Amino acid sequence: MRKRHPVPGLLIPVSMETDMPAVQETIDRVRKIDVDQYKYGFETLIEMDVAPKGLNEDIIRLISTKKNEPQWMLDWRLKAFERWKTMESPDWARLDYPPIDFQDIHYYAAPKSMSGPASLDEVDPEILRTYEKLGIPLKEQEILAGVRKADEPSEFDDNSDTPPAEGSYSGRVAVDAVFDSVSVATTFKKELQKAGVIFMPISEAIREHPELVQKYLGSVVPISDNFFATMNSAVFTDGSFVYVPKGVRCPMELSTYFRINERNTGQFERTLIIADEGSYVSYLEGCTAPQRDENQLHAAVVELVALGDAEIKYSTVQNWYPGDKDGKGGIYNFVTKRGDCRGANSRISWTQVETGSAITWKYPSCILRGDNSRGEFYSIAVSNGRQQIDSGTKMIHLGKNTSSRIISKGISAGNSSNTYRGQVSAHRKASNARNFTQCDSLLIGEECGAHTVPYIESKNATAQFEHEATTSKISEDQLFYCMQRGIPEEEAVALIVNGFVKDVIQQLPMEFAVEAQKLIGISLEGSVG
Amino acid sequence: MLEIKNLHARVADEGTEILRGVNLTIEAGEVAAIMGPNGSGKSTLSYILAGREDYEVTEGDILYNGESVLEMDPAERAAAGLFLAFQYPLEIPGVATMTFLKTALNAQRKARGEAELTTPDFMRKVKASAEELKIAPDMLKRPLNVGFSGGEKKRAEILQMALLEPKLCIMDETDSGLDIDALKIVSDGVNALRSEERAFLVITHYQRLLDYIVPDTVHVLYKGRIIKTGDKNLALQLENEGYAQIVDEAA
Ligand SMILES: Nc1ncnc2c1ncn2[C@@H]1O[C@H](COP(=O)(O)OP(=O)(O)OP(=O)(O)O)[C@@H](O)[C@H]1O
Ligand SMILES: [Mg+2]
Repeated sequence: MRKRHPVPGLLIPVSMETDMPAVQETIDRVRKIDVDQYKYGFETLIEMDVAPKGLNEDIIRLISTKKNEPQWMLDWRLKAFERWKTMESPDWARLDYPPIDFQDIHYYAAPKSMSGPASLDEVDPEILRTYEKLGIPLKEQEILAGVRKADEPSEFDDNSDTPPAEGSYSGRVAVDAVFDSVSVATTFKKELQKAGVIFMPISEAIREHPELVQKYLGSVVPISDNFFATMNSAVFTDGSFVYVPKGVRCPMELSTYFRINERNTGQFERTLIIADEGSYVSYLEGCTAPQRDENQLHAAVVELVALGDAEIKYSTVQNWYPGDKDGKGGIYNFVTKRGDCRGANSRISWTQVETGSAITWKYPSCILRGDNSRGEFYSIAVSNGRQQIDSGTKMIHLGKNTSSRIISKGISAGNSSNTYRGQVSAHRKASNARNFTQCDSLLIGEECGAHTVPYIESKNATAQFEHEATTSKISEDQLFYCMQRGIPEEEAVALIVNGFVKDVIQQLPMEFAVEAQKLIGISLEGSVG
Repeated sequence: MLEIKNLHARVADEGTEILRGVNLTIEAGEVAAIMGPNGSGKSTLSYILAGREDYEVTEGDILYNGESVLEMDPAERAAAGLFLAFQYPLEIPGVATMTFLKTALNAQRKARGEAELTTPDFMRKVKASAEELKIAPDMLKRPLNVGFSGGEKKRAEILQMALLEPKLCIMDETDSGLDIDALKIVSDGVNALRSEERAFLVITHYQRLLDYIVPDTVHVLYKGRIIKTGDKNLALQLENEGYAQIVDEAA
């Protein structure tokens, strides 16, 4: 293990960068697109544990040791690694990037110790406002802001253990923050425990709930699924684990905030969510990364399992650093997300707002295995500058009377390329399968490209699939009209775009809908004029 | 309030000259009507006043309260109090009329350094204006102009005008597409806005509108030039005789 000491110029404001759960910070980030401006009030140099570059058995053993993993987990990782060595990086997407040197990446980085501000008074008020908006109580804010660890006493402790009144849950969010390779804080643990909900870093779940992890890990995205998923299986470092027991409606929104900080570090998080029979959970992930000249790799795997009558709502607001206007830097985002509607009447819905990353390769999918199960995919993908997006979904209808709905809104500006790639298939037994797909593209300017690549496949004569696609442009006439009413040009673009994406925004948890709208506007700044 | 001086303008990308020396002055409190045959440049003049970039001013100037607006973009001109009711209002899919109105009003207020209106204050204001123009509240929830009938679009334009309280109101064929009752309602709305500080430039083909909104001056635009100016009787004369004689006189 090479010890890294504070690197000159690498200022990591621990309290700020590690712990922001929500979107406001990402908005501010985009706004302060200049590196020099990206300095929050607190700059704490921290010592990092960084593994040497390269992907090999030793690194995998090291990760497993660092995480105190049981033998079965290490074996699982090594099996994935053996498999990965035989695989090749996929090239079928409409993406153009130089070959990635997988041996030139750090696969593990962790802060040696977490030292944050002494009290909330020292935390940037802007960030506290965001916490407030999310309804996070002061006690929990302390954890997120790095003032104290979850098991340390709080100055806001009132020592009474009265549970909050019934119905007072709405608008509150439990947050897990993942900083490079480790999860740094999870809030609301106790309260979730009372409901029987397990929400913890997956590294902890592997130790504390091995039976659940062993049963479900890799059961939706198998070890050998695809190049990036297999790699993730070998080297994943952290991520979130959620288990909602039978009949439980998770009392609050769950949220994980991911951040890549360390230079040349890949992030490989793994998320596993299990909704047992008749349960419900809504989960939101947000992500950001600092601006770097070099590209950084993000290869996550998310697996969702919905048992009979269960429902999972999974929302993503992705704002990884997209690179500069000439295409320098930015995150390579290769993500495998899949949900398995395993039981009858189960339901999984994916909602994504994708504004960041230099390269996005991502197809959140649903396997509609249970009879009467339902899958949904709502997507807004915004590309600007030199960004390239190849994203969409797969709806695999296996059970009877399964239905799916796809609403995809692609917005391309600048010199970007934005491809929707979707597959809808009905297997032999999927009688009365239904799909509705609507796929709309909006172009801003002359230099960008939008493409729609639907694959439709039906082996059952009673299946009915509908596909609608439109491509439109923001017209000069519309812009002039808005401006004549006093709306400045960029705001006018944002307004028109928000009109275009309205159907999808409505699917987001309320707290994030407004932020997502703003984020879209900001991502498109500089796209006109 | 508005001084158009020897204004020449052409289509920016292909060079066709459309305005060829327009001179026109409108005082605060005045209602000026512009009439003229199809294609004479009336809408173009309104666009250029509002700052549309498709046209290039090659000569002359536009002074608003004594200052040239040529360097201002459309949003800045709007915030300064210039409003154009479009001959063909645009559709903005997915954006509720209410949202659009609020965005516009607050953008203007912000540009002028005024505080944004609170939602309840705003709602009260919109509801009052909508009621006067007999616009059903349900329509305000629909995306702006999407699926509105021709007459509804025109009414929505006047609603925006009433709400934004501009100083210079340019109305391009607001009467076309309105039924007889709607014409009366819209005209009443406009008349209610008439004041000492506010000027109107009303583009129309028909005397009918001018029966309701009685102009102080009437100007005839022909081939990019004002060829005749008079009082309200000029409009009556045109109604009876057409443009032929005036065009001949000017030639
Ligand atoms: N962008 C443009 N490109 C080419 N020609 C244009 C453009 N805009 C206007 N014109 C031409 O300029 C002339 C004046 O058009 P304008 O719309 O101003 O007429 P108008 O007086 O409003 O007519 P109407 O009474 O029919 O509304 C027309 O011949 C029109 O075709
Ligand atoms: Mg016209």
